[in-house]
Amino acid sequence: MPKVVISGSSCRDFTHGETEFEVAATTFRRLIHELEARFPGLGVHVEEYMAIAIDGVIFQDAYAAQLKSGSEIVLIPKIGAG
Amino acid sequence: MTFIGNKSDLRVVGTRPVRPDGVDKVTGRAVYGADAVLAGQIVGKVLRSPHAHARIVSIDTSKAMAIKGVRAVITAADLPNIPSEEAFVGEGPMNFRDLSLNCMARTKVLYEGHAVAAVAAMTDALADQALAAIDVKYEVLPHVIDVEEAMAPGAPILHDDLFTAGITPKPTTASNVAKKVRFTIGDVEAGFKAADVIIEQRYTTAPVHQAYIEPHACVAAWSADGQCTVIASSQGHFMIRSYCAKLLGIDVAAIRVVNAEIGGGFGGKTLVYLEPLALALSKKSGRPVKMVMTREEVFRATGPTSGAVVEVKIGATKDGKITAAQAVMKYQAGAFPGSPINPGLMCAFAMYDLANVDVLGYDVVSNRPKVAAYRAPGAPISSWAAECAIDDLALKLGMDPIDLRMKNAAKQGSKTVYGVTHGVIGYEEVLQAAKAHPHWSAPLGKNQGRGFATGFWFNIGGESTGAVFVNEDGTVNVVSGSPDIGGSRASMVMMAAEVLGISYNKCQAVIPDTSSVGFTHVTGGSRVTYATGMAVTQAAQAVVEDLKKRAAMIWDISPEAVEWKDGQAVPAGANAGGFDPLPLAAIALKAAKTGGPIGSEISVNAQGAGPGFGAHICDIEIDPETGHATIVRYTAVQDVGRAIHPSYVEGQIQGGAVQGIGWALNEEYVYNKKGLMDNAGFLDYRIPVASDLPMIEAVLVEVPNTRHPFGVRGVGEVPIVPPMAAVGNAIRGALDLRMFHLPMSPPRLRAAVDAAKMPKAAE
Amino acid sequence: MSKIHVSTTVNGEAAEFLAEPQESLLDALRNTLNLTGSKEGCGSGDCGACSVIIDGRLVCSCLVLAVEAGGMAITTIEGIAEGEKLHPIQQKFLENAALQCGFCTPGFIVATKALLDVNPDPTETEIRYWLAGNLCRCTGYDKIVRAVQDAAAEMRGS
Repeated sequence: MPKVVISGSSCRDFTHGETEFEVAATTFRRLIHELEARFPGLGVHVEEYMAIAIDGVIFQDAYAAQLKSGSEIVLIPKIGAG
Repeated sequence: MTFIGNKSDLRVVGTRPVRPDGVDKVTGRAVYGADAVLAGQIVGKVLRSPHAHARIVSIDTSKAMAIKGVRAVITAADLPNIPSEEAFVGEGPMNFRDLSLNCMARTKVLYEGHAVAAVAAMTDALADQALAAIDVKYEVLPHVIDVEEAMAPGAPILHDDLFTAGITPKPTTASNVAKKVRFTIGDVEAGFKAADVIIEQRYTTAPVHQAYIEPHACVAAWSADGQCTVIASSQGHFMIRSYCAKLLGIDVAAIRVVNAEIGGGFGGKTLVYLEPLALALSKKSGRPVKMVMTREEVFRATGPTSGAVVEVKIGATKDGKITAAQAVMKYQAGAFPGSPINPGLMCAFAMYDLANVDVLGYDVVSNRPKVAAYRAPGAPISSWAAECAIDDLALKLGMDPIDLRMKNAAKQGSKTVYGVTHGVIGYEEVLQAAKAHPHWSAPLGKNQGRGFATGFWFNIGGESTGAVFVNEDGTVNVVSGSPDIGGSRASMVMMAAEVLGISYNKCQAVIPDTSSVGFTHVTGGSRVTYATGMAVTQAAQAVVEDLKKRAAMIWDISPEAVEWKDGQAVPAGANAGGFDPLPLAAIALKAAKTGGPIGSEISVNAQGAGPGFGAHICDIEIDPETGHATIVRYTAVQDVGRAIHPSYVEGQIQGGAVQGIGWALNEEYVYNKKGLMDNAGFLDYRIPVASDLPMIEAVLVEVPNTRHPFGVRGVGEVPIVPPMAAVGNAIRGALDLRMFHLPMSPPRLRAAVDAAKMPKAAE
Repeated sequence: MSKIHVSTTVNGEAAEFLAEPQESLLDALRNTLNLTGSKEGCGSGDCGACSVIIDGRLVCSCLVLAVEAGGMAITTIEGIAEGEKLHPIQQKFLENAALQCGFCTPGFIVATKALLDVNPDPTETEIRYWLAGNLCRCTGYDKIVRAVQDAAAEMRGS
């Protein structure tokens, strides 16, 4: 199952300090559902404010982004435009 | 991803043709926001708060309305009261209620220049009269501007309903600290214990403005059927449409935004100020309304970037391996929450492969304009501190500054503090190119110092639409939804021409209005050549597939038997048939017979934008008599992925570097005791001029981004990240003295020179 | 106050218009004569985006009153090209990619014409100091200076 890593504090408020856990999901959309189910509020927070890096490649607003079994998923704040 | 051709095979990409919109721009024909004219337009102007912080007790517009020739007066009462709605839009996290209040204050003014009312009148002079006739009663409140003063207990509070996010349990007392955020990997305490050398320093910066030469401008008009048009210069006409729809409570489809040429933005034009007001005034007056900011208004009322405090602590063993890096950063957000504190935290050490990093940041409101994005938002500030500290670390270790960075360089597989593992990146290549450059080993003259610094920016992808339409004579329209700030039309045409295999001169670049092309995210974030280029390339590729099918029909053979080569359909081998090649123009002539118009419009949400790294070398000479600093040589090395049009890539690097030089040496908001800006003009807000600078040598390193068909990486934002530290390190080299506050302006340098007791020139 | 009648020459052609006493030449050029090539970047003579040449002299048109222009010969960006033929300065700006957003470009081209009219072979330092009154935020001036050097060489017939 993909492993989710939380590095920043904004998500840790929802996970009560947990920073690494596995989630059964093969797409970003599924991941959001799973996160919301496990840590209420986190899924919504991730959908609105976070981008994800899947094995180092950053995806922003991409429901269909594929998560593989051994993928490392890192939740990072969305990056804006300057 | 297979790249479209090896670099040596490309005919158009990598060359330097004249840009398609160039002639209009050198003859004065190009239409910028303030040049746009709609028949019957009248003049709109804004009344702005003279106070840094005040309650609005009452606004009496009756006298203004009574002036003959004044057609409309609006206040916040004429705009919908937007509920709090958080969103991540364009430049960064935003609350639509805050955006609305920033366009027009409702109960409080939060900075000098904050809009309180607006008028539309037949002439400039009448509009001025109307503004003067509006009677606003204020209850002046104590103000606070400095970030640490705003954080201190007892500071004047801007928002009664702002409670610091990121603190548990949730606070119940209102604060000016909107958010506290932290990123941590490893164990910095253990890292510092293991260090032989520790550098611990405090750096500060003053607020600076993007200082685009073109003030904000727009024309807005309603028609009787409830449709409206806005002509505006912006970094995103779709952004203007979205924000105006939201702020005015109207259907998105009812607004058509026409893209006027834009005179610079750098992030400062990724949001709206005038457009919702112009629309409201136009609706109320029944006439098109044109609004143009004065330079003073640009300084006082649009979004400069944060002033900040950054405290850094870096530890290393004596062989140069960094064992721990820590920082605490406090960023001004301006009147409403939303400074670039997150990217500031994430970028400071992103160039290094570190096991132990801890960065803590605060987003703090204070009584100055709401901060807007400025080129790699947040990163120049944090890199100023981090790269100066790294330089002092090198000094203390007795190591060459480039060698120290090489020893700790991020590479593919390195983990950042924000948890992401770097993919294919070009940092080491950039360091090597800098070290090998003749500048690095050139001798220094008297009173000169050399500084080195590096920087990082993520670059983004996002939503873009590109289209390619083939005309009956074989010419092609290359359409995209991205406003062209710096030559991107040329890059779009070049990529399309490359794929189609035709001449650059046969393609016409078009940027239509928001009703005529698919949605496209802002021109910013170093994303246009990447994301819009991807859409245009895919559209061109789809057209090529269609052209092959049409050729097959013309030859009456199977489509699999057709190839596309050098702008022509050719049979795929002798078995396909002995047909002469069919050039694009010949196929275009038969479009109707072979199925209809030939064209493709592709929308993408581009992912996987590759990050960029830059390394700058700066030589500075300090006059021992006056403290005047002259940049005598400047080299900027950057990994650009693949340069589509090298001249415009160089231009981005040179322009960003010079903005950073201005930020380092001269630029700052000067506030008086009342919280009002003292230097709201180009005379005293001193940006670099031609005589301040030498040539800026831009060195392009190409480590292609595997997610883009041409290998493109965004380039626009990286170059503003290293310069402040490069300049600061050069000054340290010249004076043997570290400066901790930006800007390192003439009076401060003078004081530093005195402190360094430099030998004066021979009497 | 009533408007004042102004008779002047703009880009070689007679131009007559009415101006308010307090109106700047820049506003008259842009709003009355529809010559919008000259730009307002600051309104205080600090940015040079409004540069025009009056009787052979480079000036900021935002600092000149429209009514002062009576009887003078004014050259704006619109008068630099000869019909459809670009001036070498304009051509070299394009070839050297000396513009990004292009907003400051008319001012720079007019200022460059004024420079090369009096100094056909300027050094880099002379170019930079002559153009110090024209602000550019996009380019860092590098390619602008190269374009001026290139144009000067072409105009000298080198």
